[in-house]
Amino acid sequence: MRRIGVFCCWCGSNIAGVLDLDLVLQEAGKLPGVVHAEYYKYFCSQPGQDMIEEAIRDNELDGVVIAACSPGMHEGTFRKAAERAGMNRFQLEIVNVREQCSWVHQLDKEAATEKAIRLIAAMVEKTKQNEPLTPGTAPVVQRALVIGAGISGMQAALDIADGGREVVLVEKEPSIGGHMAQLSETFPTLDCSQCIMTPRMVEVAQHENIRLMTYSNVEEVTGSVGNFHVKIRTKAAYVDRDTCTGCGLCIEKCPAKAPSEFSRGLETRKAIYVNSPQAVPNQPVIDAEHCMYLTDGKCGVCKKVCEIGAIDYEQTDRMEEIDVGAIVVATGYDLYEQENFPEFGGGEIPDVIDGLQFERLNSASGPTQGRILRPSDGEEPKQIVFIQCCGSRDPENGVAYCSRICCMYTGKQAMLYKHKVHDGQAYVFYMDIRAGGKGYEEFIQRGIEETNTIYFRGRVSRLYRENGKVMVSGVDTLSGETIEIPADMVVLATAILPSRGAAEVADKLNIPTSDSGFFAEAHVKLRPVETQRRGIFLAGCGQAPKDIPDSVAQAGCAASKALGLLASRTLTTEAQVAVVDEERCAACGMCVTACPYGSRTLDEERNVAEVDESLCEGCGACVAACLNKACELKNLTSRQISTMLGEL
Amino acid sequence: MKTYYYPGCTLPDKARDFDTSARACCELLGLELEEMERWVCCGSAFKLDHKNIMQHLAPIRNLAEVHKEGGRLMTLCVFCYNSLKRANYAFLAEPDKHEVINDFIESDYDGKVPVVHLLEMLKDEVGFEALAEKVKRPLGGLRVAPFYGCLLLRPQEEIGFEDPENPTVMEKLFEALGAEVVSYPHRLECCGSYLSLKDRDHTTSMVTRVLESAVEAGANAIVTSCPMCNFNFEFFGGELVARDTIHTFYFTELLALALGADRKLCGLEQHETDVDRLIDEALAAPATAAAGSETAGSGTSGARASGDQAPDARNG
Repeated sequence: MRRIGVFCCWCGSNIAGVLDLDLVLQEAGKLPGVVHAEYYKYFCSQPGQDMIEEAIRDNELDGVVIAACSPGMHEGTFRKAAERAGMNRFQLEIVNVREQCSWVHQLDKEAATEKAIRLIAAMVEKTKQNEPLTPGTAPVVQRALVIGAGISGMQAALDIADGGREVVLVEKEPSIGGHMAQLSETFPTLDCSQCIMTPRMVEVAQHENIRLMTYSNVEEVTGSVGNFHVKIRTKAAYVDRDTCTGCGLCIEKCPAKAPSEFSRGLETRKAIYVNSPQAVPNQPVIDAEHCMYLTDGKCGVCKKVCEIGAIDYEQTDRMEEIDVGAIVVATGYDLYEQENFPEFGGGEIPDVIDGLQFERLNSASGPTQGRILRPSDGEEPKQIVFIQCCGSRDPENGVAYCSRICCMYTGKQAMLYKHKVHDGQAYVFYMDIRAGGKGYEEFIQRGIEETNTIYFRGRVSRLYRENGKVMVSGVDTLSGETIEIPADMVVLATAILPSRGAAEVADKLNIPTSDSGFFAEAHVKLRPVETQRRGIFLAGCGQAPKDIPDSVAQAGCAASKALGLLASRTLTTEAQVAVVDEERCAACGMCVTACPYGSRTLDEERNVAEVDESLCEGCGACVAACLNKACELKNLTSRQISTMLGEL
Repeated sequence: MKTYYYPGCTLPDKARDFDTSARACCELLGLELEEMERWVCCGSAFKLDHKNIMQHLAPIRNLAEVHKEGGRLMTLCVFCYNSLKRANYAFLAEPDKHEVINDFIESDYDGKVPVVHLLEMLKDEVGFEALAEKVKRPLGGLRVAPFYGCLLLRPQEEIGFEDPENPTVMEKLFEALGAEVVSYPHRLECCGSYLSLKDRDHTTSMVTRVLESAVEAGANAIVTSCPMCNFNFEFFGGELVARDTIHTFYFTELLALALGADRKLCGLEQHETDVDRLIDEALAAPATAAAGSETAGSGTSGARASGDQAPDARNG
């Protein structure tokens, strides 16, 4: 006969405020096999854990059921306590009577109590059938992969590399730096983005522990924590970037032009190009779509002028397979495009630009060498209007969330505009000013006071061209007045979206995304850089919109998590894995297709399906898929489930 | 499917020009229409209380009438169009109220009578290329500013006709008729609507803004599909109207004219401006659009054939 102990946590008043815990204890004590039942205010605290340990020893318990918060919260805590008392950790189970009882049924205390009692009874029955399990071990590949080399990816790569582990840094663009490399000056200190960024880029390129793979994409990821197998495709650059010296002669002579992605279409680049003179690496790539030689076989000028013969029109995409122990995903953001705002001209009015285009105009390395000149005729705009929340906080026409950085960069851009156009006037339309960072509110106030930027709380209904101006029709909701401004230029603070490739990356890594498409963290508060998949961590705007300081902080956190994982040579694997009843298995292969972790294979000789326990995450997909009921999860067998259902 | 014409209250009276010319257009284009035998008020403005379908009984009563005959409803006035179409949409969204409503108005309406505007029929059923071929009198001297106003296209979800932020139907129509279409920023603005009853100064400023912008862009005609816009433009247009700088038309008046209808059937009677002079000048000038000029040279029965004798007109 098993000896089970039941522990009910008050969780302060979270649980005790709703459930009648005296009754719960009384009923739990009557359950067959339960030899001990008690409650306490906080079992997760040190004295609480001590009580559990003591009870296990004193009552010679061989199974424990804890009625408390979600197992996602404290399963590990309590299982460690049980282990200290000499019990196999898998003999301890959690019943979630907080989220599933007291929180959701606050208004019906009786029913909540009744539900808690039944859930406990079910879990006691399950626990009685639990087996002691021993987790296996697996080796950890001492190398990390970082996807995306913007400021977050670079920071994570540097931190891991400085921690003494190898890093493979994969970037889809020809050069690193991401959006931060496009910026002019950064809030709230007005540091030049290039000045703080370029030394970092060089450091990344030169670090002995970092292997930089630009112009490359992650094609496929298999395996699991500690031993991911990653296929990386390096796109054909048509330039041997190892021998190229980056002299730039080919770029100078190339006759074909295309809109520059780096300058967001404000200028053209050549078909063979680097993003900027400061690009790292500064070896160019050929854009096959616009190259005259690659499209119709005429030209070949770059090949003729290249003295070292680095141009190679025959180059093809290269594939490489690399094993890594941990992955940091830092794929960043893209902007909600102007074509989504027909009321603002839908991108057809040349003097209506977005925030990132303004950054390029204001950048010393941009199309106007840092002079603020409007795109239509190159004149200096004397009246400039900034419109915040273009698409953000607008679930009907855009996205529901706040893009977080726009209030700050708009304030900054208005300030920088005034620094360059002394006789100009800047106006900002806003919904709320959200300046919740260190020194941020002071920065906004400084902009208003020093540069006389005029803020209107209200929305703009329309932008249209009239007499060479961009007419801005809006409303100031504080005064109730409608406002018309004949502006020379308008800057839209368009919403931040997950980068265009994010969904594909999520799919390849098998990590979940939230409704808005950003990667989902394992726990919003307590596990903010982990994903649901062990060994895969998040940094930067791929997780949610954030500014540079927050991106760098999060990248450091993700790096430390990765380093923590890589600190040991082996790791314990999941113990609650799938097992196959070989008598029943027909080797149909349904489980092989169902398994998201690649842990299932068919043994063709013996004609049975097998489980690689080091890869199995215990998700149960194979159990659901198996037609013969030959597949079971350890400690969650179909017999256990039906016994539990019987108690409910 | 038979098309029943719903004129609404204004077209038989204040907007007779719209009614007369639209009937002439449909005849010349072979679009068979039959005026509904019994019709009631369209509800005028759409009641904003969506959920309370009882507020929409008037438009639904009209739709139920068409449903009895089995056909669709065509209308011209944008107030009617907006009100009928949106009431229909609201009705479909509230299936649990159908029984109560049908009991009350003594019908068996199911929410499925299509409501169309003549512009939709021109766009989707006649087609602008085919229309261009039917032009007998290209509108060469007209510089047309299409004006959409508020009700024809909005809200998009319920009306579903064209993109309310960037419509093109009237532009394409007048290009097909050989007129020069001018582009100006205020084609989607409010004309002042019923504000004209209460605050004439405000209406004047709203109308002036639109007309000045059209004139600035070179227009000598502004074209609407709404008796209210038409009224406001003509009565509150100030100097621009008084000096015949810009003239206001229903799109059907110019369409009928281009299709070669008898001048008497083109409306053109209730105008505050001297439209006759403009029309005479316009018809004398060469067509600007390619489609129009081609037709002018290759008219089958002579470019001056009057509407009621045109070979492609179906007379009853």
